[in-house]
Amino acid sequence: MELLTWTWILVGLTFALYIGIAIWSRANSSKEFYVAGGGVPPVLNGMATAADWMSAASFISLAGIVSFGGYDGSVYLMGWTGGYVLLALLLAPYLRKFGKFTVPDFIGDRYYSKVARIVAILAALMVSFTYVSGQMRGVGIVFSRYLEVEIDMGVYIGMAIVLFYAVLGGMKGITYTQVAQYCILIFAFMVPAIFISIQMTGNPVPQLGFGSMGHDGVYLLDKLDGLQRELGFHEYTSGSKSLTDVFAITVALMVGTAGLPHVIVRFFTVPRVSDARKSAGWALLFIAILYTTVPAVAVFARTNLIETVSEKKYDSLPQWFHNWEKTGLLKFDDKNGDGVVHYVADRARNELKIDRDIMVLANPEIAGLPNWVVALVGAGGLAAALSTAAGLLLVIASSISHDLLKKIILPDISEKGELIAARLSSVAAVMVAGYFGLNPPGFVAAVVALAFGLAAASFFPAIVLGIFYKRMNKEGAVAGMVAGLGLMSYYILKFKFGFFDGGLSAVEALKAEWWFGISPEGFGAVAMALNFAVSLLIVRFTLPPPPEVREMVEDIRIPNGEGQAVGH
Amino acid sequence: MPDNKKMHEYWKENLKYLAVLLSIWFVVSYLFAILLVEPLNSIRFFGFKLGFWFAQQGSMYVFVILIFVYVRWMNKLDKKYNVEK
Repeated sequence: MELLTWTWILVGLTFALYIGIAIWSRANSSKEFYVAGGGVPPVLNGMATAADWMSAASFISLAGIVSFGGYDGSVYLMGWTGGYVLLALLLAPYLRKFGKFTVPDFIGDRYYSKVARIVAILAALMVSFTYVSGQMRGVGIVFSRYLEVEIDMGVYIGMAIVLFYAVLGGMKGITYTQVAQYCILIFAFMVPAIFISIQMTGNPVPQLGFGSMGHDGVYLLDKLDGLQRELGFHEYTSGSKSLTDVFAITVALMVGTAGLPHVIVRFFTVPRVSDARKSAGWALLFIAILYTTVPAVAVFARTNLIETVSEKKYDSLPQWFHNWEKTGLLKFDDKNGDGVVHYVADRARNELKIDRDIMVLANPEIAGLPNWVVALVGAGGLAAALSTAAGLLLVIASSISHDLLKKIILPDISEKGELIAARLSSVAAVMVAGYFGLNPPGFVAAVVALAFGLAAASFFPAIVLGIFYKRMNKEGAVAGMVAGLGLMSYYILKFKFGFFDGGLSAVEALKAEWWFGISPEGFGAVAMALNFAVSLLIVRFTLPPPPEVREMVEDIRIPNGEGQAVGH
Repeated sequence: MPDNKKMHEYWKENLKYLAVLLSIWFVVSYLFAILLVEPLNSIRFFGFKLGFWFAQQGSMYVFVILIFVYVRWMNKLDKKYNVEK
């Protein structure tokens, strides 16, 4: 069967499944809308969290990033998994015991202050909007590559689907759709990886395969190191980033992960404190299945690609090369006119441009796998993009309808009114996200770094201190969050946008001025440290929190007697 | 709810667990995979250089194990202090 037919069948089936689940799991109360009624079993919550977490970028781009960066790519692998340890040990069980609906709920109650709540709402909206702006675009791109429709059309279809199940089902609908989406995306990622591992090393486990020997009896990684050296790239297994920067980026990504509101809120959806711990473990396990396969795919794809194209005659290259040339993901420019592909690190002599996304998208074709596997990767990419977008939209919707409307503007709003407001704000959020998808800001890549940096600089210190330091008060927490957010925004504006030095063209030259040699991606680590320092300094000169807040802290530290997630 | 002194002990034991687990978390990622990656890379581990393996495989396995160990320890602790639901 034709590839396009297969793709329409698989995408159609998965979409029908999502819609079916949405109808079955409609939300009937605001509690169901915000936290799925607090009754999600931990294993399922783990799957939903994993799907929520792994975006189109994880699914499509991460293997390519690792493939081109080699060791440098480790920051993403460790950063985006290690954060779950912090989440499980320092945040999840206590926030579940606290038992409300959102992160601003916790900040507002723990720091007994409207100001703190508003700062938290602003931070949640900033983080979620920056993050979601890339996701709808991702949906459009996957549609256009696999279904041969316009990117804009793809964005509209994606909006319609997300709108349907997010508005109807709220957190409950989103959670159960995400469970299905996890199964589809992990299957779609693993099948080609396993096939290719068998082809290249004879080992069906990709995680072991990329440390094994190829058919020529040479360890794959040694061979790749050699190839990279020959072509003038840095060795695959050692990086090109500075040690300080690798350290800082890993810290920023880990802490940022633990501070992202759309991840934290998942732990409000399980029945008990012990389930919150357990589901963090399941979530990380499900994420690690993909994340430990990524570096294997990266090595297979890079070795395959170099061996197939490097120093080969252009006319004798396999068909997939020409197929992907048409999409613009591969570009050959015969600079010296000898008809041979020279792929080297030296930019002046290099003749081949490779888009990093090709490492996952073209992998099944490169390995000669059947059409249904190629189509499956398309359905998997869509599952990844849709699930993340939906999770973020819910945070945005609940920040508006619950945190802003119910808690600040209209405290007397009825249960029914709040549910309607929640649905309306998710419609509005989908529209805004769709707008970003249709008119992508040129800075999508930059804003993801910003989202992690902001989460690390604001929420993580405020929540951790709120749980582990009983004397922490509102003055300290608010000052810390404002200082962290301010410094992080300043650094991104200066070094990512060249805002103070004449615009984007200045960014390259400004690299020499990075503070401590830390890139904007890693600066969340510094901004987080500032937040902690400011909080701990201010708290020494201001009044301790009132006794009922101290009691509340004592209460969230103990698992039993937990309040149901009511809070009305 | 049980008395304050007991809860204080519960909390102290919890903090002790956190200290142990987070130390391991730090060692496998920041120490083995970043700060000590070069010396460890001179050790072979099957087809991998050891430092590289920790950065792209080992640290993630350890992270998963750490959370499940934490779950086990805490479930036991909750039982011991009779605070599980």
